[in-house]
Amino acid sequence: MTDLSMLSADRPDTVELAAGWRSAYVHIPFCARVCPYCDFAVVGGAEDRMTEYVDAVVAEISMEPEWHRLDAVFIGGGTPSRVPSDQMRRVLDALAARFGLADDAEITLEANPEDWTSTHSDALAGVGFNRVSFGVQSFDPVVLVSLGRLHSPVQAAESVAIARASGFASVSVDLIYGHPVETELSWLHTLDTAVEVEPDHVSTYSLTVEPGTELWKQVRSGAPAPDSDIQADRWEQAASTLGVAGYTRYEVSNHARPGHGCRYNLSVWGQGEYLAFGLGAHSFRDGVRSRRVRRLDSYIERVRSGIGPIQASDVIEGWDAELERLMLGLRRAAGVNAGEAGQALLATADGARLIEAGVLAVVDDRLVAANPLLTDEIIRAVLALDGPQR
Amino acid sequence: MTDQSRIRNFSIIAHIDHGKSTLADRLLERTGAITEREMREQMLDTMDLERERGITIKAQTVRLKYQANDGHEYILNLIDTPGHVDFSYEVSRSLAACEGALLLVDAAQGVQAQTLANSYLAIEAGLEIVPALNKIDLPAADPDGAAAEIVGILGGDPDDVARISAKTGVGVDELFEQIVATVPAPSGDPDAPLRALVFDSYYDAYRGVVCYVRVVDGELRDGDMIRFMATREEHPVNEVGVLTPRSVEVAKLGPGEVGYLITGVKEIDQIKVGDTVTTSANRATEALMGYEEPKPMVFSGLFPTDGDDFERLREALEKLRLNDASLVYEPETSKALGFGFRAGFLGLLHMEIVRERLEREYDLDLVATAPSVAYELVRTDGHQSTIRSPQDLPDPSEIQSISEPYVRAMIITPTEYIGTIMELVTNRRGSVGNMHYLSTDRVELTYHLPLAEVVFDFFDNLKSRTRGYASLDYETEGYRESDLVKVDILLNGMSVDAFSAIVHRSAAQDYGRTMVDRLRKLIPRQMFDVPIQAAVGSRIISRETVKAKRKDVLAKCYGGDVSRKRKLLEKQKEGKRRMKMVGSVEVPQEAFVAALQVDD
Ligand SMILES: Nc1nc2c(ncn2[C@@H]2O[C@H](COP(=O)(O)OP(=O)(O)OP(=O)(O)O)[C@@H](O)[C@H]2O)c(=O)[nH]1
Ligand SMILES: C[S@@+](CC[C@H](N)C(=O)[O-])C[C@H]1O[C@@H](n2cnc3c(N)ncnc32)[C@H](O)[C@@H]1O
Ligand code: SF4
Ligand SMILES: [Mg+2]
Repeated sequence: MTDLSMLSADRPDTVELAAGWRSAYVHIPFCARVCPYCDFAVVGGAEDRMTEYVDAVVAEISMEPEWHRLDAVFIGGGTPSRVPSDQMRRVLDALAARFGLADDAEITLEANPEDWTSTHSDALAGVGFNRVSFGVQSFDPVVLVSLGRLHSPVQAAESVAIARASGFASVSVDLIYGHPVETELSWLHTLDTAVEVEPDHVSTYSLTVEPGTELWKQVRSGAPAPDSDIQADRWEQAASTLGVAGYTRYEVSNHARPGHGCRYNLSVWGQGEYLAFGLGAHSFRDGVRSRRVRRLDSYIERVRSGIGPIQASDVIEGWDAELERLMLGLRRAAGVNAGEAGQALLATADGARLIEAGVLAVVDDRLVAANPLLTDEIIRAVLALDGPQR
Repeated sequence: MTDQSRIRNFSIIAHIDHGKSTLADRLLERTGAITEREMREQMLDTMDLERERGITIKAQTVRLKYQANDGHEYILNLIDTPGHVDFSYEVSRSLAACEGALLLVDAAQGVQAQTLANSYLAIEAGLEIVPALNKIDLPAADPDGAAAEIVGILGGDPDDVARISAKTGVGVDELFEQIVATVPAPSGDPDAPLRALVFDSYYDAYRGVVCYVRVVDGELRDGDMIRFMATREEHPVNEVGVLTPRSVEVAKLGPGEVGYLITGVKEIDQIKVGDTVTTSANRATEALMGYEEPKPMVFSGLFPTDGDDFERLREALEKLRLNDASLVYEPETSKALGFGFRAGFLGLLHMEIVRERLEREYDLDLVATAPSVAYELVRTDGHQSTIRSPQDLPDPSEIQSISEPYVRAMIITPTEYIGTIMELVTNRRGSVGNMHYLSTDRVELTYHLPLAEVVFDFFDNLKSRTRGYASLDYETEGYRESDLVKVDILLNGMSVDAFSAIVHRSAAQDYGRTMVDRLRKLIPRQMFDVPIQAAVGSRIISRETVKAKRKDVLAKCYGGDVSRKRKLLEKQKEGKRRMKMVGSVEVPQEAFVAALQVDD
């Protein structure tokens, strides 16, 4: 694999390379308890089912037809850091045995700060992880409580230091902004503290009220919802604070130091193919996107019985794939090759309006979201394009 | 075929809600036209819209067999008519098919504006009027007072006025007898060439055009070749029948009879309500009176929200016009809304009903523009024209004068509200006419008002000022010169013709502010600031801005949620399709409808 250490993830040459990477995602659903805003496939508690679950994941991996060597592995959740390291070793071993791992493969684990002890950190580094992404969310205790989180700001800062000490090559933190209790000062403080603990990568997400979540129910019954104008301010503050501190925003919500863009995610945005294992996980292989069942019992049952856990599949081809290429690529700071759909967009009245409004720009042969905060305006116009002779 | 001496044709007429359709129920019941099981309230109000609103919109005809006390069986053709002023054309057409009119008056409300208006229509048509007081079961009923009011108008003896309750059925039997005794039998010539009046029609997808006819002379026979005298179309008769209220086929209809006629014609323009049907073989020389074309009072543009539906809208209008002879329309083009029609209506309720019928019966999605009356324009070069759409008003520099239609409005009210009504009329640029006492405490007032002031929310205002006790009727009485201006509404600097209105100069500021205010709330934030302005000529009289939206992007889109995020965005995109582009501004369809809502 190309050495990316000097390349920035906001550059066209880097992002175009990513389309050729092969990666794998593994979902670990276990969480200490379910956060009020979260709509991922998770189960609260259920520690006693971890081994059984990992057995099923390992079995699913062994059932997957052979493929390329993996350039990136992402073990996400849920909370993978709650699972003992020897179980995580089984997963990585199974992937390595079945597909092989590139020498410099990026191997990421999602982690919650409250789980991150030195022992556990060292053990996971020893297992082969070289990147860790912490769900920090905020450095303001008031916001953390409102988000229903179990860790403190201090724990969050310490976990980054611990990961460094264990030798993780890349450390990332996730932040959430725009909770109604969050003040501007609070957010600026969170950003400053994030910069102080010196991660290599920062994801900043605007708090989203996902249908069906606890937060959604609260808002529906009258609790204040996040204000999108305020979130726009917060986004700008993040971009500028992190920018000054040496992080480049390479996607709507992601910032990285040079060479630290998340390869797994870059490959997804580049429409690269990826395998997936575990409940609720989505794979994209040979032009087919498949979704696995979301319930723990049925996942395990279906793997055991040999039916396999896939619930539904979509073939993504032709014009459909072309639209999706733009939909994903436009989220990147480097934008996306205009190509067939891009040219079609530019020929429409929608395209002209987007350019006139300064939302879309054409740079060389690429489409770039000139105002990333309005990216979905562009994507909707893309999705509205009529295909050629359908 | 029935002997004419055993036929009675009559319309039930009244002010709105005085119980016409309920009385029709009783008549259907007593004559056994429908079984108890089939019975439902206001049986003849068959349209969904009528049932939802609890009012009659379409006149309905039904043929009943009645066994009279004299031992004979009579055929009664009754036509239940609407009471609302916007549908008075239905009343006058129905009257032309009858010899008598049953005038109902709510005994608790007494004579109201449409009681008078409809009575005059019946008198003009030379009909025998049978008055009856309804709702005598109500505790508030004052039959003596109401009878005195009726006698004050029609003459006669208060003791002869029937007293009934259409609800409980009290007095209905006696009323039947009175109708048979009082309404003249038809007196057509059975041997003369056929002459039958087409008094209504509708389009049936399977059977083509169905005409409702009243035979005056001669016979209308199944299989005969007939001729429509005005359109000069000839067709064989496919089917004739009567409505009981179910359609029942018969071999022929004789003089005095009312029924339906089907020729299988699918070309709609070959049939005209008011036309006379005769036989091709033995043609009548003189057509029946026919109808005066109704004069539309308000005009509005009707546009399909989806431009591709223009042709379907045209067809729908053609078909609806068969069933609504008071509807007129011509093509119109709007910069903002594309191709559509300028339609004329008898009032705002009529306009609303037409739009709803088009949407429901023909599955269309429509935008209606701000209603307007018709103005008379004289240009500086002396050229005169009629302006039915604000779009057509030229630059002020080219205008020498504009005149607007005036009406003579008749208001019936308890005397205690005279003061507040005067105030309302003055606010609406009206002037005082006559005052006529119906009784010691009820009065009929006449005013002269600009139609534009009456047609919009005058009635609602009148109702609330008089706690619902006043009623209103009006008729046009020519044009008067006025100080009128056109208010334009601009979105992002571009005038939206659909929102323009011609108003009196004193109301321009108000109209401008209201529209700008409504639009500010209705137009979603866009990618850029959208100024909304109201202007008279080049002078801006009101202004607001819809600030640009700041954030419209999903927080994340990773491997796990590409499909889901795509679906979400696709759904949002569908919402976008329902937007009309006005210049570079996206305006939701609902905004056109809501901004132009008359009642606020
Ligand atoms: N108490 C009482 N209510 C009545 C009587 N006749 C009618 N109503 C009520 O008056 C209301 C109006 O009756 P309709 O028969 O719909 O009146 P209408 O004259 O056909 O009304 P439009 O067709 O809209 O002009 C309904 O709620 C009836 O139930 C009556 O004799 N007594
Ligand atoms: C897949 S989650 C799991 C990571 C880990 N379990 C944790 O919570 O720290 C990854 C990240 O998504 C973000 N996230 C989850 N739900 C969100 C929501 N409703 N709105 C915004 N961000 C959200 C959080 O920042 C979270 O760290
Ligand atoms: S946010 Fe993280 S810890 Fe919270 S429920 Fe979701 S996956 Fe679990
Ligand atoms: Mg009725």
